Amino acid sequence: MRVAELIMAVVMAAFSLAIMWKATELPVGWVKGSGPGAGAFPFWLGGAMLACCVAMIVRWVRRTSTPSRSRATYMDRRAIQLFIIGAGSLAAMIGALHVIGVYFAVPLYLIFYMRYVGHHGWRLVAAVAAVTPVVAFFFFEIALKIELPKGFTEPMFYPLYDIFL
Amino acid sequence: MEDILSHLIGGFATTFEPLNLGLVVLGVTAGLFIGAMPGLGSVNGVAILLPMTFLVPPTGAIIFLGALYYGAMYGGAISSIMLGIPGASTAVATTFDGRPMALRGDADTALVAAAVASFVGGTISIILFTGFAPPLATMALAFGPPEEFALMVLAFATFIGLGGDDIPKTFFSIFIGLALATIGLDVVSGKPRLIFFDLPGFYHGINFLVLAIGIYGIGEMLWVIEQTKGEVMLTKARVSWARTKDALRRLLPTWPTMLMGSLLGYFVGVLPAAGATPGSLMAYGVAKTMAKEPETFGKGNIAGVVGPESANNAASTGSMLPMLTLGIPGSPTTAILLGGMVIWGLQPGPRLFANEPEFVWGLIASLYVANFFALVINIAFIPAFIAVLKMPFTILAPMIYVLCIVGGYAPTKDMHDVWLMLIFGVIGYLMRKLDYPLAPAVLAIVLGDLAESSMRQSLIMAQGSFEIFFFRPISGTIMVVAIALLLWPIWGVLRRRRKAPAAA
Repeated sequence: MRVAELIMAVVMAAFSLAIMWKATELPVGWVKGSGPGAGAFPFWLGGAMLACCVAMIVRWVRRTSTPSRSRATYMDRRAIQLFIIGAGSLAAMIGALHVIGVYFAVPLYLIFYMRYVGHHGWRLVAAVAAVTPVVAFFFFEIALKIELPKGFTEPMFYPLYDIFL
Repeated sequence: MEDILSHLIGGFATTFEPLNLGLVVLGVTAGLFIGAMPGLGSVNGVAILLPMTFLVPPTGAIIFLGALYYGAMYGGAISSIMLGIPGASTAVATTFDGRPMALRGDADTALVAAAVASFVGGTISIILFTGFAPPLATMALAFGPPEEFALMVLAFATFIGLGGDDIPKTFFSIFIGLALATIGLDVVSGKPRLIFFDLPGFYHGINFLVLAIGIYGIGEMLWVIEQTKGEVMLTKARVSWARTKDALRRLLPTWPTMLMGSLLGYFVGVLPAAGATPGSLMAYGVAKTMAKEPETFGKGNIAGVVGPESANNAASTGSMLPMLTLGIPGSPTTAILLGGMVIWGLQPGPRLFANEPEFVWGLIASLYVANFFALVINIAFIPAFIAVLKMPFTILAPMIYVLCIVGGYAPTKDMHDVWLMLIFGVIGYLMRKLDYPLAPAVLAIVLGDLAESSMRQSLIMAQGSFEIFFFRPISGTIMVVAIALLLWPIWGVLRRRRKAPAAA
């Protein structure tokens, strides 16, 4: 936990510097006739963030904040496992959205999660995986007229658009 | 006064016409469901359903949209309490205590509390609206950029208290939220800012929902899964008549909070540009400061649900005031309503009350009725909402993830935002493990644009001098209160350190 706290503070300090640097692409000081430059606000915010990170590092050195004192593991094996499954499967699904679209990526994800992580029976998994895209289609695309990403499967939906929209 | 009352009775007569009454019920129900979904709020509902209102006369149309607005305010609390994901920016404050209550098995109490508080907030604000519309409109006109900025500083000050003890991390959270709000096109100069890696997706800025759903949706799920070590976790959710009556009894002592929330929400809503979001956040902050046991806030204190919920409903009524009387929208949703009114051929402004009394008073009366129906429908659906919570976590979690993905995609239709949401969720989870408070960041990104533009406009007015915030009477007062609130926790920490020097 101690190490993680320091790493996070350093990473955030680097991010603050990045913001300050990127902000200087636009005028940072007072622009005559039109007020503070566009870069001023983000620049000073970045500076304030940096100051906070420095304060956090100082507290780490002096061991005044709770996480900096704790010797507990930041993420044990099980936690890392759960994290990789959770975030990884989600990342894979989002990637799949680009290619095969919502109506195929979501059922695949549901099948994976409910069956392999949740160990539910095939009937329940199949039912949920089949019903969810249908409900989503009618709720979002027809009722709210929000088009969801379909990737390469878009042509499959043209007949449905003709019927419903 | 009799004049107003007779107008109001006429308004009720209009509302109880069959078509209009049906529109109220329909609007409230639609609003409830739309508001309950993360990623969709009253803005979406009003914007999407506006074209459908051309089928009915203008009075019916505004009644429908007003009912929708109300229903969505009620609905936002549902997602906040049940899923811990704010349904819209107006419902963020409700998650702070609503979600812990749900995790404790008190979800139905929280839902009842939110419904009743919303009803009280709505009713009080409509009464204020009925009586005080014109004078408040003139007062609202006295608010200029310095006052708006002072109000933003006050809003930030009220939620410094949300951060807990670690002051650098709390401030960092606020600053990073403000910084993220600056990404995109600058409002004043039109130039692109902080476009990292020249990704085109950053040009439209970072939508608050991307951060909120990322942190409260994805991040929260990752956190819960780690805490429960992946085991199937059933929330102890119960509902029954006895518990509902018990919930109502527990609500009685919170009436001062409800009153405070309603008044605060209404007045903040009346101010142009500020709406239900800052109103509900400030109400939470004030409720916490006023409380006898502030430490219980954030852990499931019923007053922490009551305050913001009464405020956000009161604010939605309040924000209709500048729209109707001055033609200035009080919030994003009322901006769309304003557009609708113009399309229907109505001219908002001081003459509206005189020229179209049936329309205005029909609307005001319908708000009372909508408020009542919203309460009834909301409470009637609570068992259904509880049934959702009882699902095994291994079904609930992926469904919530999918809801997050779609909710993150819907506002901007850009996959870039979905990836960003995932990144925020992961980083938020990692930071949360180190006791970084994340709520202030979400709040900062909501108010960031308004805070920055009002500050810059004020500085332009004052030719670069910061004195303008203190020399104008209204903004000066607000700034002093804000600074006092800001220093309060720091002073408290210093006092505690001095009292216990050996304990370090």
